[in-house]
Amino acid sequence: MLLIRCPYCEEERPELEFRNAGEAHIARSPNIAGESDDDFEKFFFIRSNPKGIIYERWRHMHGCARFFNAVRDTVSDRFLMTYKAGEPKPVKLPGATK
Amino acid sequence: MAKAAVKTNAAGPSVERRPALAGQSLSAAGVTLAVLPPAERISLRAPEASIAALSKALGVVLPQRPKTSAAKAGRTALWLGPDEWLVIDENGKDPLADCASISVLHSAVGISHRNVAISVTGPAAAATINAGCPQDLSLDAFPVGAASRSILGKVEIVLLRTAADAFRVECWRSFSDYVFTFLSEAARDAAA
Repeated sequence: MLLIRCPYCEEERPELEFRNAGEAHIARSPNIAGESDDDFEKFFFIRSNPKGIIYERWRHMHGCARFFNAVRDTVSDRFLMTYKAGEPKPVKLPGATK
Repeated sequence: MAKAAVKTNAAGPSVERRPALAGQSLSAAGVTLAVLPPAERISLRAPEASIAALSKALGVVLPQRPKTSAAKAGRTALWLGPDEWLVIDENGKDPLADCASISVLHSAVGISHRNVAISVTGPAAAATINAGCPQDLSLDAFPVGAASRSILGKVEIVLLRTAADAFRVECWRSFSDYVFTFLSEAARDAAA
């Protein structure tokens, strides 16, 4: 079982307590009604789905119930780091291969 | 015009309160399960600025560190999230009334009847709960007084360690049958 560090509970918890909540750092336009159809499609449907490092939202559903962000490697399924929701995308990743 | 509501006598046998699982218990080698008597409970949400006033009104200091709880005079406050607590009163004094008397920003919801509490005691208590709960329940990671929302098998529970070999498991009323049966099976396994 994976252990995921919850930044609010400040410790590693078993993965069964968590739920994935999709890609992180997708900003909603402040003028969503003025978006062109193409831009709205990109915002609403198109996800990066990379092979390698991905920034995701996770929720500690059966713990503190808070959303937070996590950096995960989709190849090894390893969590590189987690940080609180609202914090900026980390520039340096600990233990990143590149 | 509607007539004033007719007062009904709420003491008839058909409206008698029937707590879920009332009186059930199980003893296996090394672990005992018991359904705890009904208690008053609230789900409390509040920002940091309100904590001091709420602690004073409730008579118990709301814990602010993850996975901790505070207890005083039969009333226990469990940290569930950064702005969320479960307050349990076992002396029949409604914490909802205490919260209603103050004006600082908070949300208190009475959930006394939503939850059922089961006590798991004995040297094999941690092993019994670990049959369905993936958290580390060693005394280092989960000391006496530690509290956390977690899962047991397929359902969500709130776990409170009341002593080195005693836990209080809070679950939703409609899940209580599942939880008690799950713990009963686990207790037999832990004893074996």
